[in-house]
Amino acid sequence: MSTVLAKQDRLKIFGLLSPAYLWLTVAIFLPLSAMLYFSFLSDVPFGQKEWFHTTENYKAFFTTPTYSILLWKSLRLALMVTVISVFIGFPCAYVLAKTIKGRAREALFLLVILPFWSNSLVRIFSWAIVLRGNGILEVGLNAVLPFEVDVNLMFSTPAIVIGLVHSYLPYVILTSYLALQAIDDNLIDAARSMGAGKLTILWRIILPLSLPGLLAGAVLIFVPVVGSFMEPRILGGRVGTYFGTVIEDQFVAVYNWPLGAALSFVLLAVVLLILAISSPILRKART
Amino acid sequence: MNSRLLANLGRLWLGLILVFLYAPILVMAFMSFNASQYYQLPFEFSMRWYEKLASNGEIIDAATRSVLIAIVTTILATTLGTAASVALFRFEFRGKRFLQVMLFPPIAIPWLITGTAMLIFFFGVGLGRGTPSVIIGHVALALPYVIVVVSARLATFDATLEEAARSMGAGGWTITRRVTLPWIAPGIIAGALFAFAVSFDQFVVSYFLSEPGDSTLPVLIYTSIRKGFTPEINAISTIIIVISMAVMLFAARFSNFGGER
Repeated sequence: MSTVLAKQDRLKIFGLLSPAYLWLTVAIFLPLSAMLYFSFLSDVPFGQKEWFHTTENYKAFFTTPTYSILLWKSLRLALMVTVISVFIGFPCAYVLAKTIKGRAREALFLLVILPFWSNSLVRIFSWAIVLRGNGILEVGLNAVLPFEVDVNLMFSTPAIVIGLVHSYLPYVILTSYLALQAIDDNLIDAARSMGAGKLTILWRIILPLSLPGLLAGAVLIFVPVVGSFMEPRILGGRVGTYFGTVIEDQFVAVYNWPLGAALSFVLLAVVLLILAISSPILRKART
Repeated sequence: MNSRLLANLGRLWLGLILVFLYAPILVMAFMSFNASQYYQLPFEFSMRWYEKLASNGEIIDAATRSVLIAIVTTILATTLGTAASVALFRFEFRGKRFLQVMLFPPIAIPWLITGTAMLIFFFGVGLGRGTPSVIIGHVALALPYVIVVVSARLATFDATLEEAARSMGAGGWTITRRVTLPWIAPGIIAGALFAFAVSFDQFVVSYFLSEPGDSTLPVLIYTSIRKGFTPEINAISTIIIVISMAVMLFAARFSNFGGER
């Protein structure tokens, strides 16, 4: 491919690309820069009040234990949701990729992925209907079981975890499925014919070869869960205070935007760190 | 262990996962047809929540706004995204890799961060909250999806087809219209449906950017849930989930979600 482009081609490239990238710059990259600037202000610069540059907002994060405790709580929640999703989702992806064949597989795969592309807020709300006291879960269990049970999971940490696993499980199924599908069946047959047991095949062939896909799915779950706020609010009620809900509060309730911006940037730093660590894996998973 | 038993256990596991994924949605839909306001069982069929919905001006307004925003977003994101995909596919130039990497942040950064950053920036430049801000945000979120989906389709395009057309005397515009566009059309349609879904289902960014009293449907549902549940919310939620699943089923016909076809 020639490196020197005709002037006409350069014009074409510019004309085709600039609208999309200008849009992304105005709507994503400039706002992120503006937020970085805001996080170093004492107050919003468009009110009547005085404002000046300060590092107070970041100091607040490091000196107020509440914030670091909540960030830690969010990270633990994300880890729990990720681990549960991987353990539930990987076998499911395996069955889809290796046990089921033909048109049935295509249909089932679509069924698994479909909820993921539907409205996440509505899906969280649907769990609220199921999990509430005197809700369908309790009535149903009491109809089946010989003894009375009291199931009110609503406004508890398990409710938040169930809702989040439901929201993000399809991610890990999707990425693991793609990785598993790429494994040549002949490889497995060859190992079997040479006397390898099922566990050996799983441990020595299937897991190593599908690991990039599995880990990519894990990262894709972990990152959004650390920043979740809607799910804990709806399903967690009073126990649903996390780092994400604190940021939300700064913007819609407390109106301390500079502090909110600083906390958002701390979250962004955490997210970028995770993405940077996992980028070799993600790159491997794509190819 | 017997391998047929193992395979059947696997199928059972898959079945349980599907129950887990669909049960709450079905329960919600079921309850929207229940007469009781407090979700009391036994079930008694009634359309009253849907009738109440039809006369709820606030919800109708929000639904109309959501659909309009999604349509505008779809048109803008599909046009800009397709143009960018064609340039990224057709030309080799310096900085191309960088431009492809730039598509990653809008997808990978949690929407809470993107949404609050947009709120700050749009206030800073004097635009503030409101429908125009929501649309600007939605288009930016949908663009990377359109570019990824259309590029995937373009990658399967055989450039010799264009050469063949040219050798038979077709001009540039004729080739684009009669050869290239028909080939990538399924990709463009799938990209457009993805863009519609991203906008129609978007909650987080809309939540920070829409004006109180002028909000999109998901934002209105969120604020009503926090005031307390009513079967009316079940009814509108059921309608939303049916629409968004139908859109995605349609999109699946035109793209393969990364699976084989």
